[in-house]
Amino acid sequence: MANSNNGPSIYNPFAKLNLRTKTLITIGLSVFILVIVVISSLFINSGDITTNFQAMNKPPSFEHFFGTDWMGRDMFTRTLKGLGLSVQIGAGASILSSLIAIVLSFIGSTNRFLDGVISWLVDLFLSIPHILLIILISISLGGGAFGVTVGVALTHWTSLTRVLRAEIKQIKTSDFVKLSERFGKSKLWIARKHILPLVTTQIIVGTILIFPHAIMHEASVTFLGFGLSPHEPAIGIILSESMKYLATGNWWLALFPGLSLLILVLLFDIAGENIKKILDPTSANE
Amino acid sequence: MMDTERLLKFLGKKIVRFVILLIFVILLSFLLLDLSPINPVKTYISNVVISQAQIANLEAYWGVNEPITSKMANWLGNVLQGNLGTSLIFRVPVMDVILERFTASLVLMLSSWAFSGILGFLLGIVAGFKKDTIIDKAIKVYCYILQSAPTFWIALIILMVFSIYLGWFPTGLGVPIGTLSENVSFWDWLNRLILPMLTLSIVGVAQIALYTRDKLIYEMNSDYFLFAKARGESGWNLIKRHGIRNVLLPAITLQFLGFSELFGGAVLVEQIFTYPGIGQAAVSAGLRSDVPLLLGIVIFSAIFVYCGNLIADILYNFVDPRIKEGENNG
Repeated sequence: MANSNNGPSIYNPFAKLNLRTKTLITIGLSVFILVIVVISSLFINSGDITTNFQAMNKPPSFEHFFGTDWMGRDMFTRTLKGLGLSVQIGAGASILSSLIAIVLSFIGSTNRFLDGVISWLVDLFLSIPHILLIILISISLGGGAFGVTVGVALTHWTSLTRVLRAEIKQIKTSDFVKLSERFGKSKLWIARKHILPLVTTQIIVGTILIFPHAIMHEASVTFLGFGLSPHEPAIGIILSESMKYLATGNWWLALFPGLSLLILVLLFDIAGENIKKILDPTSANE
Repeated sequence: MMDTERLLKFLGKKIVRFVILLIFVILLSFLLLDLSPINPVKTYISNVVISQAQIANLEAYWGVNEPITSKMANWLGNVLQGNLGTSLIFRVPVMDVILERFTASLVLMLSSWAFSGILGFLLGIVAGFKKDTIIDKAIKVYCYILQSAPTFWIALIILMVFSIYLGWFPTGLGVPIGTLSENVSFWDWLNRLILPMLTLSIVGVAQIALYTRDKLIYEMNSDYFLFAKARGESGWNLIKRHGIRNVLLPAITLQFLGFSELFGGAVLVEQIFTYPGIGQAAVSAGLRSDVPLLLGIVIFSAIFVYCGNLIADILYNFVDPRIKEGENNG
């Protein structure tokens, strides 16, 4: 798009770079911040978050960026720890669910019957709202981090499977696949040479894009009281605790942890979308 | 035309499929809850002290110690007869609880569904049409942020701003305390509906707007669009004749597919605004181990979501001319 670069501002340091470099920098930056968050959260011991009744309910200051809660705990440390926890659960859940998606969509592409079975399975899992299903799975596994991770993983493979299934179906109707079929190429050859290269992008991007949903659903379910146990500093726990103190005007208890979660999710989204841009041949050369 | 016949056949197939699906949903959710450490007898008697013999009686009455297969068969048989059991926390038939709560939720969900759909579509069209301008960027940033925002956090912030700081709306409860249900005025009820609806609408806008934007830009890069431009069409007319007509149907389809997310959002929003809907009932049922109520809600949520999917399917298969042609050819 030649006309989209009209009038680059000289005040904008990014203006000189082309889109590809910009995209790479964006990916690098967001991944860098995410890594920093995860590593720093690993260095925080739960024991370090001490109660300090002399500094109860303090609004944000330079000493406590996010303020303190009613037990005098530093909210910044708690939030950071919670974010790390969220990323770990999100990673486990999204990798697990995209593995499920890949296996199922390729099984489904082999013949009509299996395709029917897979799409029926997708329908089954999509027919119950995610939150309810995660709650059910979490209850049945007795809650905790394990329950939530499995719950989120078992509910989030559907979107990627649908995408892959539709993509594969579409590729199969294309002329080059029909041509290969006429030439007598085997199904496996077509899957490997025609389909897989075209869906690799979807798989990588899909996995990264499951992340934000996984993190958000984990936080939501924890917020409702079905996820991580109340003594863990998860964002959902922090926010559900903050609800009790909203009426007394402790706005920072809800604002900052939620905002950090939003930024975390946003970073994953930005990273995912930009990786998609780089990997997708139709937009990589813009 | 063969279309009506095909539609009826399609619907028939869909309904049969749905009944089978629903049976599996019932079995799956029952299995999940049966695996859980919940003990229904303990929940039922809560803190009342009763003798060991009475517990044994209750267990025998409910068939706690029967094998899972016969428990499932019993439950399924009851459900098929329309008997969902009695809610353990409300102490009334599950059906009554669900009907009352679901009506309240439907009002909330459908109003915010329609509102967010229209607003999102318009924003998407504007953003796509004005691609790469400041308007487009503003809409995009707004949508990206909202898409990444946890629904319950947005709800908390809205509650904080409008109820606590501005004091415009009550902080919770469906109606003022002590009001009988028949004395609730329309205004009272609307007053409680606005904030949850606002939250759900704000959250729902993002997906549809971004989708519409991307789709419109995609259409704008197509050959026929270029040809239309070459013929001298431009501006709003071009978008209306070649853009919206191509984008509207997929966007509506997508919006119907969002029923599941909508329900999930409603669960969170109702919990925070203590709106007496199905979502709030689901959370209390889950937290307080009310198995019959939770199972009933799962069934009804599945029906709700399925209606959305069915409409989306019909739109996709019967209204979209491109798909219709594709199916006839291959």
